[in-house]
Amino acid sequence: MGLYRAILYRLMLAVITLWLLSVIVFAGCQILPGDVGRAILGPFADARAVAALNHQLGVDRPLLAQYWSWITGMLRGNMGMSYTYRAPVAPFIGHALVNSLKLAGIAFVLVVPLGILGGVVAALKVNTWIDRTIVIAGLSATVVPEFVSGIVFIMVFSIWLRVFPLTATPPANAGVFTQIYYLLMPSIPLFMILFGYIARMARAGMIEALTSDYTRTAVLKGLSYRQVIWRHVLRNALLPTITVIATQCGYLIGGLVVVETLFNYHGIGSLIFAAAKAKDFPMLAAGILVIGVVYVGANLIADLLYSALNPRISFGGRE
Amino acid sequence: MSASVTPGTETPMPAASQQAAAARPALETPKSIQRDRIRLLLRSPLFIAGIIILLFWVIMAIFGPLIAPYNADDTDLLNTLTPPSADHWFGTDQFGRDVFSRVIVGSRDILVVAPLATLLGTVVGTILGLITGYARGITDDIVSRIVDAFLALPLLIIAMLVITALGISNTTVIVVIGLSFGLIVGRTVRAAVLGERDLDYIAAANLRGEKPLYIMFVEILPNVMPPILVETTVRLGYAIFTVASLSFLGLGIQPPSPDWGLSISQNYGLIGGGFWWTVLFYAVAIGSLVIGVNLTAEGVQSVIDA
Repeated sequence: MGLYRAILYRLMLAVITLWLLSVIVFAGCQILPGDVGRAILGPFADARAVAALNHQLGVDRPLLAQYWSWITGMLRGNMGMSYTYRAPVAPFIGHALVNSLKLAGIAFVLVVPLGILGGVVAALKVNTWIDRTIVIAGLSATVVPEFVSGIVFIMVFSIWLRVFPLTATPPANAGVFTQIYYLLMPSIPLFMILFGYIARMARAGMIEALTSDYTRTAVLKGLSYRQVIWRHVLRNALLPTITVIATQCGYLIGGLVVVETLFNYHGIGSLIFAAAKAKDFPMLAAGILVIGVVYVGANLIADLLYSALNPRISFGGRE
Repeated sequence: MSASVTPGTETPMPAASQQAAAARPALETPKSIQRDRIRLLLRSPLFIAGIIILLFWVIMAIFGPLIAPYNADDTDLLNTLTPPSADHWFGTDQFGRDVFSRVIVGSRDILVVAPLATLLGTVVGTILGLITGYARGITDDIVSRIVDAFLALPLLIIAMLVITALGISNTTVIVVIGLSFGLIVGRTVRAAVLGERDLDYIAAANLRGEKPLYIMFVEILPNVMPPILVETTVRLGYAIFTVASLSFLGLGIQPPSPDWGLSISQNYGLIGGGFWWTVLFYAVAIGSLVIGVNLTAEGVQSVIDA
């Protein structure tokens, strides 16, 4: 199967996934609440007011028609009108997404090299106390909810030592370094969650590669330790890690809801959360769909990267 | 996260269980394998540490009100926000309630909701995995696509969406987490079933003229129990994580429960004023419970994989 056909195949799968996702999100925001007007106005509102609101919002039309106008609007970049702000949703989403990408970006830039380093070191020192410390610390860091570690960091670094600000939102017109300074502490809970996963995958991949036939061959043919590690082991060992990093992208965004709420930061997570609390369904649907697109996109890139880097995998749909 | 997500690890799973099946000598009965595994478990320090922490909180959840020195809901407006002392080991909150008692009793709700969600997820996932793995073909393709689409959203976001639409209640939390877990567990079980399907005992059962349902639940199920057990313990950790996060966001366990996540969300505005004890002990409680559960899961996993 040719490279282009393979890319096309993956793209097609991604599009099908996204389409199904849009149906799920639409169902969650339009069908599950039942009567949208009732949900917004509450149980004691007048039936005529509810009907009027439903008509005004267009939610009294047939579901298929609603879905069609919603999804075609999305494709054209028209994400609908927010119930809360009575304004187009798109600018809110765009602004929040940029903020979240800054926060997630800092966490990522820190965690990817350090996580891989942790895993590689653990694998090279396998079954020593260094290995055990990295594995147990990684496991413990990964499973503690973000708001728990975040709260402890706030207590230690913001209140007791006073080295970091309490909020993640920098003053207006802050420079790049000030922004990074404000985002550093909120990125730590995200860092902790991801560190364990990445280190774990890198460690497992390294151990597998270190015990493989090609590594033994490389050692036997007289290459130095350093050459074997750099040329043969690392490249093969880190392939599965790429997939984990992509999968965790989506997870990271879920964690943003909690971290952004805790640190009072205006990103996509806190936007969705606020929309959920206010029953602002157009905002909620658009935000969730955007998260899905980011996740599917990240996985697509990881898939292609994985296949491109792995000589043993041939592209294709013969699964 | 289940390992079957990565293309690289999709194949080793069936291969491993095939090996396990092949390496099962006639003399080793399932019972003796089980005994060996339990002995190995009891020798694993990680597992022992994990299960002790877990048991501690289970006992607190059951007998908490008998152990706690005060009633968790009793207010004392003359002694609000007092720091830890001999009378109140963990201090009091803004209503004068004893934080130590609330931490103890606060274990109850999360240890009801999270295990029930995990149980639901295991049952749904096992059925789903047996059917998709055994049927293969178009059923498998369609279900796998839908599962992929669902898993493109973080669990917390799916839960937020459904809870917003249906209203907040413990039942909603259990159902949404349980069904989402069902999809993930289903994937793992499916991979294990795919490895069993082509083995001789299935062919023999087919020749005897057994019905598909009988083959799935009587023949295959006992042989895919180990991965299901691992998946269940891992999921319990995630369930506690998710329930705690939802409660922190105000979408999970509701007042007046002394639930840990809920208590943190109610009190974390106070830490700026120096009242750290109204938050720290709940945080430590959540942290210890999730770490305990995951150490247990880690122990179970390493023994079953060995």
